[in-house]
Amino acid sequence: MRLRASRVALLVAAVAVIAFPFTDSAFYTELLAKAMILAIFALSLDLLVGYTGLVSFGHAAYFGIGAYATVLLAPKYDPASLWLVLPGAVVAAGLAALVIGLFVLRTRGIYFIMVTLAFAQMVFYVFHDTGLGGGSDGIYLNFKPSAAIGSLQPFDLGEARQQCWFVAALLFLTWWFLARLLESPFGRAIVGIRSNEQRMRALGFATVRYKLAAFAIAGALAGLAGSLYAILFGFVTPELLSWHQSGNVLLMVILGGIGSLAGSVGGAFAFVAMQEVFSGWTKHWQLLMGGVIVAAVLFLPGGLAALPGRVRRAFGAGGG
Amino acid sequence: MAEVLLAADGLTRRFGGLAANRDVSLSLVRGEVHALLGPNGAGKSTCINLLSGDLPVTSGRILLRGADVTPLPNHRRSLLGLGRSYQRTNIFARFTAFENCRLAAQSRDPQAWRILGRAHGNASVRDRAASALEQAGLGVRSNVVGAALSHGEQRQLEIAMVLATGADVLLLDEPLAGMGAEESARMIELLKSLRPAHAILLVEHDMDAVFEVADRVTVMVEGRVLESGLPHQIRASAAVREAYLGEPEASA
Repeated sequence: MRLRASRVALLVAAVAVIAFPFTDSAFYTELLAKAMILAIFALSLDLLVGYTGLVSFGHAAYFGIGAYATVLLAPKYDPASLWLVLPGAVVAAGLAALVIGLFVLRTRGIYFIMVTLAFAQMVFYVFHDTGLGGGSDGIYLNFKPSAAIGSLQPFDLGEARQQCWFVAALLFLTWWFLARLLESPFGRAIVGIRSNEQRMRALGFATVRYKLAAFAIAGALAGLAGSLYAILFGFVTPELLSWHQSGNVLLMVILGGIGSLAGSVGGAFAFVAMQEVFSGWTKHWQLLMGGVIVAAVLFLPGGLAALPGRVRRAFGAGGG
Repeated sequence: MAEVLLAADGLTRRFGGLAANRDVSLSLVRGEVHALLGPNGAGKSTCINLLSGDLPVTSGRILLRGADVTPLPNHRRSLLGLGRSYQRTNIFARFTAFENCRLAAQSRDPQAWRILGRAHGNASVRDRAASALEQAGLGVRSNVVGAALSHGEQRQLEIAMVLATGADVLLLDEPLAGMGAEESARMIELLKSLRPAHAILLVEHDMDAVFEVADRVTVMVEGRVLESGLPHQIRASAAVREAYLGEPEASA
């Protein structure tokens, strides 16, 4: 019953996303694509925070590495192949997460939070202070990557609608992948580690290796989001890896509901929507945003993901 | 001939200046329950933690089936057939009893690393989880969430999880703690049923229970072994009575 209701909701959302670009509003189509990219980013973080029990405060590093890799892998005067830069960005971010994970996973709790932040700041300064990616000015992606395979041109990212649908397809794929992963033996193991790592070790699980794998997968998916972000806006700056960005994605996950895939997607959408609405009202929009987040944490623990259950209870069990 | 599965030789563990375990030696034999007794703070739990690998030793050697496992971390020892339960119930409270055991069984699954297959699709893991629950007397409670089980059932689940890993060396840290008479009796029956196929180390405070199931008893005081022997020898030992049992009529 409940499953069917959530399926219907998902279907409605999917239809809305597919139909929306037909409104011909270039601005809102781009905004929708941005929200979906941040949803992929939030999903990747939720794998760590919500399911493995690792609160990373440096997740923007992998998003930024994915974005920079996309630009740096692209030739300067020709469109790059999408099928090169996108996987390239995913692999680069995943490898970075694997290497950084080897160090940060030696720590726990508050130290883990601080060490992930420290590594992210290091990556930030690499891009900020060296000429690698244009320094603090950032760097342009001069051409949208081409989706051509030989002479076949399946879609054109230069066309705003198709670009939006491409992002939608990858959001759906990421969501599906994580949902499958969580039902797999690996997924059950990381959830076990979140709830009781000591016992998992006593049962014979090499927990650090599982956490490292989760960290690398989350980094790779964040890299996917970063790559799409670079393609969408054609411009990357060190701000993409700043700790503000790590904080924002953490807020999306919290707002949506830690440990809920649908919640992370909803949290990202809510975050982008609020940013848009509030910044239209006042230049002090961050104050309003902060207020909403405090209110959400106080009055809706469990985030947006807990909302359907609350509503159902409020209207009585029979109504659901 | 006695099949020694686990042998500890001269285990010492220091925390700063304090020797929590000093030169502790004991061995576990298949088909026997070896009880570890001692007053609070005698180092019994430290001893289990050293054997299981939850704590590294300061010095000494641990042999599992004759192989030196002293440098191995706890999860590697677990994979070699050593299982432990905890003094304070240490289950996955939000998972069902079945999922607790399924996860335990999964640790032995060569495909435990699969990222896309369904965890519940593996019949051999499921079967091992189900039979461990059955053996521990929790078959009918398999769909109950850990936190909703009674205290006694949680203690049974602790053991079911160890059984689901297929371990044949069991280190049980006070499995009877906090149990009522009826629950204790059930647990003692469970221990007896496990005895033939397993080597069991039983840390326990309940004297009656210990002398009912133990084949061998080691008494620890202040981190070292005071006396080790057959139950009747321990009952008769003046040193044990003085140090631990306290009352002169304890040997009655």
